[in-house]
Amino acid sequence: MRLTRRYRFAASHRLHTPALSEEENRRLYGKCANPFGHGHDYILDVTVEGPVNADGRLVDRAALDGLVRRHALARVEYRNLNQDLPEFAHVVPTTENLASLVRDLLLDGWDLPARLAHLRISETDRNAFDLEVGRN
Amino acid sequence: MFITRKAEFSASHVCANPAWSLEENRKVYGPDANPNGHGHNYVLEVTVEGEPDPVTGMVFDLRELKQILNQEVVEPMDHRFLNREVPPFDRVIPTTENIAVEIRRRLEPRLRGKTAKLRNVRLYETADLYVDIGDE
Repeated sequence: MRLTRRYRFAASHRLHTPALSEEENRRLYGKCANPFGHGHDYILDVTVEGPVNADGRLVDRAALDGLVRRHALARVEYRNLNQDLPEFAHVVPTTENLASLVRDLLLDGWDLPARLAHLRISETDRNAFDLEVGRN
Repeated sequence: MFITRKAEFSASHVCANPAWSLEENRKVYGPDANPNGHGHNYVLEVTVEGEPDPVTGMVFDLRELKQILNQEVVEPMDHRFLNREVPPFDRVIPTTENIAVEIRRRLEPRLRGKTAKLRNVRLYETADLYVDIGDE
């Protein structure tokens, strides 16, 4: 069985890589390359997998919420991803890369019996990025 | 091809183990353990898989699926206090996980031997929490 819990966070980013010229950045990333960045209300869906325990649940909601808050949300919410997160000092904070970072942050702090199975980050309600987490 | 039909029901529940004190239950289930219950607008999404029939062009008759969902889930559970009125929740704690298990148990025999196969039961307790029971 899988259980999915939804979280929200606001953050800003700028899509721009020094590996490309200003014109190429502009062509590739469009408005997302504007120099001062811009923000989104991201939605993070965290899916865990496991059997149902004796308490009738596959995961303790408060434990999951606490873990996601401490290890992921606390790092990204109300942040400028490019400037405030060392992980994005040399990596473009696309939502693809953000999803990978959130997976790594969650796995680093993971202490729940249920397995982290899947992540979805929606940048707006018109795009979403799904990441299936392999068994580890 | 997958097709998904949605149904909604509103019901109240209490999540508490009768063998434990109120305090112990509150520690595990939080406010879900409040003894007189509280309610949710549950949203059920049932997914079946099959190939479109060459004559009808349909994987499954959605009117029939709607009728099955009404008979097995909406009529018995809508506007009910699950713990007091809907077995087995007089003895099984009606967590979202256990309600989904019971719904899948009720639907399976009704969909056995049909043109389409039951693939997934997704039950939302709120927009921010749902469980999936696929093929396990």
